This record gives sequence, C-alpha cells and structure tokens, in this order.
Amino acid sequence: MATTTLPPGADIALDNHGSGKPPDLAPRPGRVTQSGPSSQKSETGMWVAVSAIGMSFAAFTSAMFVRQDSSTDWQHFQLPYVLYLNTLILIASSVTLELSRQRFAAIPDAARHTAASAKSLLASGIYWLYLTAALGLIFVLGQILAWRNLAAQGLFLATNPSSSFFYLFTALHAVHLLGGMGGLFYVLRKLVRNGGVAETSGLSAFSIYWHFMDLLWVYLLLLLAIRM
Amino acid sequence: MHETSAAHGAHQHAAPTSFIRKHVFSLDHKVIGKQYYGLALLAVFIGMGLSWLMRIHLGWPAWPIPLLDKLSAVGAPQGVMTPEYYLSLMTMHGTLMVFFVLTNAPFAAFGNYFLPIQIGAEDMAFPRFNMMSFWTTFVAFLFMMAAFFVSDGPPISGWTAYAPLSAVGGDAGPGLAMGQNLWAISIAIFCIGSLLGALNFIATTLDLRTKGMSLARMPYSSWAWFVTSVIALLAFAVLLPACILLILDRTAGTSFFIPAGLVLSDKLQPHSGGSVLLWQHLFWFFGHPEVYIAILPSIGIVAHILPVFARKPLLGPRAAVGCMIAIGFLSYMVWGHHMFVSGMNPFSATLFSVPTLIITIPATILTLLLIGTVYGAKLRFTSASLFCLGFISVFISGGISGFFLAQPSIDIYLHATYFVVAHFHFVMAVASLFGVFAGTYFWFPKMTGRMMNETLGKLHFWLTFIGVYCIFMPMHYLGLAGNVRRYAAFVDDYLIPLIPVHKFITIAALLTGAAQFIFLFNLIWSRFKGPIASENPWEATSLEWSTTSPPPFDNFGGRHMVVYNGPNEYGVENNGTDFVMQTSAEKVSAS
Repeated sequence: MATTTLPPGADIALDNHGSGKPPDLAPRPGRVTQSGPSSQKSETGMWVAVSAIGMSFAAFTSAMFVRQDSSTDWQHFQLPYVLYLNTLILIASSVTLELSRQRFAAIPDAARHTAASAKSLLASGIYWLYLTAALGLIFVLGQILAWRNLAAQGLFLATNPSSSFFYLFTALHAVHLLGGMGGLFYVLRKLVRNGGVAETSGLSAFSIYWHFMDLLWVYLLLLLAIRM
Repeated sequence: MHETSAAHGAHQHAAPTSFIRKHVFSLDHKVIGKQYYGLALLAVFIGMGLSWLMRIHLGWPAWPIPLLDKLSAVGAPQGVMTPEYYLSLMTMHGTLMVFFVLTNAPFAAFGNYFLPIQIGAEDMAFPRFNMMSFWTTFVAFLFMMAAFFVSDGPPISGWTAYAPLSAVGGDAGPGLAMGQNLWAISIAIFCIGSLLGALNFIATTLDLRTKGMSLARMPYSSWAWFVTSVIALLAFAVLLPACILLILDRTAGTSFFIPAGLVLSDKLQPHSGGSVLLWQHLFWFFGHPEVYIAILPSIGIVAHILPVFARKPLLGPRAAVGCMIAIGFLSYMVWGHHMFVSGMNPFSATLFSVPTLIITIPATILTLLLIGTVYGAKLRFTSASLFCLGFISVFISGGISGFFLAQPSIDIYLHATYFVVAHFHFVMAVASLFGVFAGTYFWFPKMTGRMMNETLGKLHFWLTFIGVYCIFMPMHYLGLAGNVRRYAAFVDDYLIPLIPVHKFITIAALLTGAAQFIFLFNLIWSRFKGPIASENPWEATSLEWSTTSPPPFDNFGGRHMVVYNGPNEYGVENNGTDFVMQTSAEKVSAS
C-alpha cells in the first residue's frame, strides 16, 4: 500500500527533491495545522468577515448613489450634531482598546519579574476593556439620540430616500457594533478565566473587528455628511 | 522541535456521544457535509417535481393534473393551473434549484466533507460556525417552503424577483404579498448561512493545511472550493443588502426600487422615485458570480476525478488553477450581460460584453485541459468517469450558446427566449449536477464505506445523458424561432406550431426525471447493502484516500499527516503501481 504514516511526534524530514539543501525543518509560523484555539485562524476569519461586511456596505453605498441620482426627490437635511460627538467617542474606544491590548501584551514579560506586576497589568487591561465597552454603549445611546432628533424633525424611515439611507446606514452600523460588544464580553470572560493570556482569548481578532467598526463609522459619517 | 505536536494533542471538540450531537447538531464537518447533501437532495426532487408540473402544463395546458388542486385550490382549480400559478411554480423551481441545490451540493456538501480531509486538517477552522451555517440554510429552506402553503401561494416574480413586481406587494398579483415576503426573508437568511460557510472555507484553506500541504500541492477540487468561497463571500455580501432594501420597500414604505405613478389593481401605489434598474444591478452583481459559484466546484470535482480514472495527470494543473482564479475575478465584471435589454445605456452593453467574451477564454482552457487529460489515456470507465465525460460534453454544449448571448446585438433577439433557458440549463444546471453525480459515485465509498452499484450507475448515466440532450437541445431551436420564456401557454400564431416540440421535451423531461430514481435507489440501497469499500478503491492520490472508509471522527485517527507530493502523480512507475500518494515519502523523480 503506497501510504506512509508516521507515529505521533516523529521527526519529519522534507526533501527538497535533490536540490542539495538540507531538509527544511523550520516550522512556517502560523501556517501549519493547529487544533484548539489559535489566534492565527481567528484573525484570518475576522479579516474575511470584515471583507464581507465592507462589501455589503459598499453595496448599500452604490445603492444610495444610484437612488440619489435616479430621481429628483432627494431632500437634503442637516445631520444631527450628536453624530460628531459620537464619532469622537468611538475613536476614543479604539484608543482604549489599544491601551488594553498593550497591557495584556506586557503580561508575559511582567510575569517573569513579579506576580504582582502581572496581576496589576491584568487588572488594568480588563479595566480598559470595560471602558471600551462603556464607550461603545455610549456611542449607541448617542445614535439613538440622533434618531430621536431626526424624528422630531419629522424625518422617519420612509419619509424621504435621504432619511431612509440615513436610518439604514446608522442602524446597520449600530447592529454590527452591538454584535461586536457581544464579542467583547466573550473575550473579557475568556481573559478573566485564563488569567490574561491574550493569544487564546480572541482579543486580536476582536480588535480587528472593533477598529473596523470605527473606520466604517468614520467612512459612513463622511458619506452622509457629503451626500445628505 | 515541531510546534504542531503539542497543539495537535487536543482535537478542537471532543467526539460526540449523544444521538443529537452525533447526527443532528453536529460540529463534525463530515456530518454537516452530509446534511447539506441531504438538503440538496430533498430540494432537487422538489424542484424536479415542479419542473414536471410546468412541463406537463406547457405540453397539455388544458389537461387537469391530479392532486394539484390539493396543493393550491386557487392556483389550480380542478387541477388546471392558472398562468399565475405557472409563474409561481417557475419561481420556486428556479429558486430551489439555484440556491438550495446548485449552491449547496457541489460547494457546501462536498466542500464541507472533503476540504478539511484533502488538506489534512481535523475539521474546519470554526466548527460551531459550520453547524450554524447549515442550520441557518435549513431555516431558510423552511421559510421558502412555507411560501407554498400561504393562502396566496408562492411569488410569481421569478428567482430573479425583479422590481417593481416583487417590491410593491399584494396589489401586483397572487403570491406577491406573504409569498414574496417569505421568499425575501428566506433568501436573506440563506445569504447569512452562505457567508458563514464561505468564511469557514477560506479560513480553513489558509490556516489549517497540514505539514507539506502547500497551496501548490492542494488538490484541484480544494482549489475550486477555495476560489468559490472567495466569490461567494463577496457575492452574497451584495445579495443580502439587496434583500434588505426589498424587504424595506415591501414593509416599511420606502421607495428604493419603486418608481412613481404605478397603478396596480386600480390602486395608485404610494411609492415614488425608486429605481427599477437598481434592483437589477444589485441582483445581477450577485447573480453572475452566483452561477460561477454553481459551476466552479463541479469543474474542480471533475478535474480531481478524471486523472484518477485516466491514470494520467491533469494536463496543465497550474494553468487550471490560474483559470479558476481568472474566472472568479472576471465573474464580477460581467453582470450587465443579463441587462442588455433592460434600458440601461447601450454603450455600457459593450463594457459588459467584452469581459463576458474574455471569460470564455479561461473556461475554454479548462475544458481543453480536461479533454487533454483523457486524450491518449486508457480511461477506466466507471459511473464517476462517465459523468466526468458527460460534464465536458454538456459544459461545451451550454458554453457555446453563451458566445451568442454575450453579444448584445444577438441577445436583443434571444433574450427571454428558450435559447437562454437552454444555455443556462446546459452550462450550469446539468453540468453542475453531472459534477455532483461524478462526485457522489467517486466519494460514496469514502463517505459510507460501501461501493455504489456500477451497473445501475452506468444505466443512470446513459439515461440522464441522452435525456438532458433530448430536453435542452430542442430549446435552442425554440428560442431561435422566437419562443418566449416564462409563458404559461402558447396561443400566439407563431408559437402554436412549436407545441409538438414542447410535448417532446415534456416527455423527455418526465423520462429523464424517472431515471433519477435509479440514482436515488442506488444511493439508499448501497448505503446499507453495497459491497464494503477498501481505503482506496480507485487508487487515487489525495489525502482522503489515506484514511479509512468512512474516516474516523478526527479524519486521520490521530495521525499527523505529512504531505510530500502534489495530487497529480498518476501514470508514474512506483513499485509496481502507477501512482504516488500525496502522503507517500517515496521520492518522485520529476514533480
């Protein structure tokens, strides 16, 4: 039978087909089979998800351009000012997320010195994550304020294509952000349970998503500010 | 030493013990693949049944179909279907077949089962997302089937659901109230399931390949699943917004797609300003890549299977992979060729026609590479290899009509005629299904540990092959003669002489459909009574043949598979055999 299987843990020699070079034993980082939780595949998965979400917002963007130009019924309106404040809040949440990640990244080095310094880094890392969540929540509340502002002006979902797209974009972004918050609490729980090992908590994948939500919001704000 | 040995220790999820976890809510990609296959099997027989109803009506419009009035008293009083009900059946036939069969069977079913094994992984990258993707698709199927049982029936707007017909609601006709709502919700849910699945495929292919399994050594079916998943990710990410906008138009009073001044059923519709073309652009931006999602996995399956039975390597494997990638890339540039007569700027028709003609080049190269693989080979004739040859035949037959339709000048005449129906059935439906059949006969031993019956398989092939030609070849003639599609009856004077052709097609369709029950019987019988299969009955090289039939829970029984060769080592002298397995450490002189 032309099959060769090796016992677990066997040394593996890869022959470069007579090239004369020694077998390549060095493992290629992040590209070999890994069972169990791994930050590599969760990061890959997150980039893929981010591409899909970006593509769907691109579709909505093109729909808006076509709708705006296909008819003369587009009614411009002033964007509620709270949106700009919300933008700052969301950018701040990205900053707090990075501050949190820095602390978790410093834990392995600190653990070599004292357990206390590692513990304090863990505590402050968790703190900054909670702050990120709080800022995200404030953002969503701010979006609700923006919607109430528009409703007070008589602009609802079906009032005008401009308001339709406004509600559509902001609501979809908020829904994705709330989903991200769910992810944040999942990561938080893991970090608390495993004592701050960031690699297996999904923190890097989560941060890709959160920063993307931030960038997406900035893009949407510019789009709405220019086109509305 | 090797970081993999520590990480390999624990499988991502422990082997399940309860019945529910083993067979229903399973995290195992093999079970999920079989679940997708079962769903596709159910959908294809329903879709086929719908096509029989349509064909009987077209050939014999006044003939009452028994029991049809039980399905819909309004749609088929006394068993004779109304024109609207014909359109409902047509809509559901197309929707079920394109979404629940052609996107599920070659891609989700076989891909889920075999991609991890072929790359040497223990499971997909995200098994829980995998389980969610299947059950999401199943929920979408339930919503779709529910449309049959609402009072108004299924929607009549076609699987393409063009606005404004699909967007205005119940005033526009039967099935367009609750039926269309259920359709739109079902497709939106289906998008989410497909996106989750595509994400899993991409992450698995990029990150879970075993040691030695470089991208260059991946089997061609894995390459096809990978390219398809990238296409699917970006395409379904556009269909979901389109469905959301449609649902908003239908329920929230917005006017994305509905123009002003529409009067339907004597009622002025309370919408204005929307763009009908917007729906077509959004839909076909998804819709054209979707047809490549339907066909590429089958091309990959045939490219994987043919060398096994030809005992000859695939000709030009790197060109084959390059062509798959080129098709994926170009598929996003051609969507307007579905819209040549839509009223869009006629100069943009050229912008779409040129890439459409260009995309025929990689498709042709792939076909020639497949033919070149069997050229000069001593082909082993099995059901699987016969379906591969049949795939080449129908893909060419369907592809040639594409050359004509790619040109706006000819398409103006042929658009919405049976010529188009012939084209897409040959090149997408039949070809893709032949790939699924080939894959089934080929991989059944691996999936179940038993062989399918070869005599029945060959009988199934010949009846199906002759049958599909009898069904779809005459449709080219009908189209050229001006026979419009999506008509429930042919009463115009230029159509009446064509009715005998329709009768012939109907009889062919019924007989070919009956032949599929041979396949179904073979599938079920062999599952329980077929001869036991060995680990590698076809003498193939790829990793799925390096494990037991069926594979154990973690695919390789705890072994850490190491890959030394590509998948194409056929026809080489190797210790008395003529092939070298991918996991074999024997040195190959030229690779």
